[in-house]
Amino acid sequence: MPALDRHLLHRFGLLLVILAVGLGLSFVTDTFLSVANLTNVARQVSINGILAVGVTFVLLTAGVDLSLGSVVALSGVACATFAHPGDHTVFIPIAVGLLTGAACGLVNGVLVTRGGVAPFIVTLGMMTIARGLALIFSGGRPVANMSSELTSLAGDFLGVPIPVLCFASVATGAWFFLRNFRLGRHIYAVGGNENAARAAGVPVERVKLFAYGLCGLLTGLAGVVLAARITTGQPNAGQAYELDAIAAVVIGGTSLAGGVGTITGTLLGVLLIGEINNGLDLQGVSSYYQAVIKGVIIVGAVWLDRRQARS
Amino acid sequence: MLRALELRKDFGGLTVLHPTSVEFRLGEVHALMGENGAGKSTLMKVLAGLYRPDGGHVEWRGVQADFASPHDALVAGIAMIHQELMPIPDLTVAENITLGAEPCGRFWQINRPAQRQRALELLKELEANIEPDRLMRTLTVAQTQVVEIAKALGRRADVILMDEPTAALSEQEVAALFRSIARLKARGVTIVYTTHKMDEVFKLADRISVLRDGRLVGTSPASELNPAKLIQLMVGRELADIFPVRLPPTDEVLLEVSNLTREPAYRDISFRLHRGEVVALAGLMGAGRTEVVSAIYGLQPATSGEIRFKGRPLSLRDPQDALAAGIGMVTEDRKGLGLIPALGLGQNVTLTALREFCRGQMIDHKAEAVAIRSRVAEFTIKATSPSQPIAQLSGGNQQKALLARCLLGDPDLIILDEPTRGIDIGAKAEIYSAIQGLARSGKAVLLVSSELPEALSLAHRIVVLRRGSVAATLDAATADQETVLRHAMPL
Repeated sequence: MPALDRHLLHRFGLLLVILAVGLGLSFVTDTFLSVANLTNVARQVSINGILAVGVTFVLLTAGVDLSLGSVVALSGVACATFAHPGDHTVFIPIAVGLLTGAACGLVNGVLVTRGGVAPFIVTLGMMTIARGLALIFSGGRPVANMSSELTSLAGDFLGVPIPVLCFASVATGAWFFLRNFRLGRHIYAVGGNENAARAAGVPVERVKLFAYGLCGLLTGLAGVVLAARITTGQPNAGQAYELDAIAAVVIGGTSLAGGVGTITGTLLGVLLIGEINNGLDLQGVSSYYQAVIKGVIIVGAVWLDRRQARS
Repeated sequence: MLRALELRKDFGGLTVLHPTSVEFRLGEVHALMGENGAGKSTLMKVLAGLYRPDGGHVEWRGVQADFASPHDALVAGIAMIHQELMPIPDLTVAENITLGAEPCGRFWQINRPAQRQRALELLKELEANIEPDRLMRTLTVAQTQVVEIAKALGRRADVILMDEPTAALSEQEVAALFRSIARLKARGVTIVYTTHKMDEVFKLADRISVLRDGRLVGTSPASELNPAKLIQLMVGRELADIFPVRLPPTDEVLLEVSNLTREPAYRDISFRLHRGEVVALAGLMGAGRTEVVSAIYGLQPATSGEIRFKGRPLSLRDPQDALAAGIGMVTEDRKGLGLIPALGLGQNVTLTALREFCRGQMIDHKAEAVAIRSRVAEFTIKATSPSQPIAQLSGGNQQKALLARCLLGDPDLIILDEPTRGIDIGAKAEIYSAIQGLARSGKAVLLVSSELPEALSLAHRIVVLRRGSVAATLDAATADQETVLRHAMPL
């Protein structure tokens, strides 16, 4: 079956699952299908969504980034440190947060391309390094006293939560980029067959560096948004965020072997995970059980998908 | 006996094998002939349990046997040697040969000496001198092929399906394989065999089945056919001389290579290439041909020596440098260094020259689609649509797509490394005429080919390599196969 048909089928199937789960939740709870709750779901998924879009780029090149959660914390701390009232205009802490993330991503990228170290190892290292740096810079305590300009980033703009707007524009931009930019095509080529891409004249190193750098930049954005939402720079924030993000991407049909995947798929994966989290919360399921259920659903979804792809 | 009964196979709405019935008798060598995309590999893969048929069924020893997996087929006694080699690179030769059938001791531990012994016996059967403890990844393509054959022999199968087993083999290795096939036949083993080499078919086959466009044209005893008749059945028309006429080259030097060296692969390689000229690098397997052309394309730069292109010295760090200068290449290793399997045919074709279909950094999808359509038509690439993943196309169509990719950037020097390996006569003829067309339009072609008739007919000059050095430079108009071989053989 041509790849296009399979992707359509895949997206269609995932969309059906999301609608079915939503339908079920609207029956068993009174609150799921309310504007307030759905807005809440959208707000909750935005951070995971921004991370998932970023890591989609890395996974497409057949890489991986395990440092997302730690870099979220580090960027949040860096942002909060420059965000005390009256210190700087609001753009400075935002830029510091974004650049911190981008720098971590570029370091990952340089080590993967120039150093030739496996992405798993590089980003595993970055995971503990960034966490350590976040603790060092914050002295192990939350960085509080943030200006209201910055914390207002967690508020609404024309009735829509700003984090949701961030996620929406990031996802749209990424979708457009992968479809229409030369570099987007190169990302698929590098992930599909790195050696063949190099032989065809694709600048493989630069492409990978871009993917890791962009992923880092978006991780920085997620860190800023999170800091605004919890009004502090938390050095312990973002634990295991990378797992939800990678799970969403893989549920969305992106291959861990690289070269196959779409932003639309990632978007649906993010929505499914958000919906499940929200449903379990509404049902009052304890967080211990939530963890187990979520794990089962993630593996189950991917298993079903791969089984379908094989047949 | 093994029977295909009305077998049908579809891929993405395209029927690649129309209902086909063939009978394979015990102890016969049965050749499946046809152009690329004719359905030979597909038929074999259904017989070997790799593909499930979309219609009809397989009958084995009088009962219906639709194998669910290659393992089922193996257990039933049907083994296949694939055209695309599938070794496990970090296991040893012995481990690869006995894979899945390791001799085991009492505690399920692998009996290493027995494993090694078994591998040695099988390699000896093929008269191959390969050390069983070597890692697969250190082997040449030809040696890998021999190991794959040994692996299938070791299964004690009653039917062995061989898909292009000799594509990468040297003359001696082919002869050894043929002797081994004769011994198998004497034991009553059925061999089903595909090849694009005419002489092999008539040396080996008892019966020949011809497929064309996914349909069986017919089965007849080999004694009732001759090469001309067979080609006519395969292509459905008579092929006149498939080599187009050469025009004399110009005097303008395009490429000048001096003392190019990368030990231990090659040393002091010097030659010139003029506009309008086709030069072939000839030599035995391992003589350094691929390594030399890879250096000129920047894939694996030389350690010393000089490459002058269009009169200027060229420093190459990677293929990007070569492409920027106007050098394009179609690599020998289609799967490893050519195809991006998950991308569509069209996106594979435009990969190298994508910049030409861009405004700034953005792809102009309309311009790209137009270019793809015209190239697919020009090279007669058969596919359901330009977005069909290239991995699903036949070898010949993949090769034409890679040639199209290389030429789309309009390079002045085109390097073709074994451009016709494992592809059918129709596709070969198209590639030959493309090569002459390039020479006529003032470009130059550097050709690596193991098929001497091809090199002698296409090239103006032949540079013969022997163990990494230039042994002779011959005028193709006066040289013959014997002369080339005499220079190519180690003294």
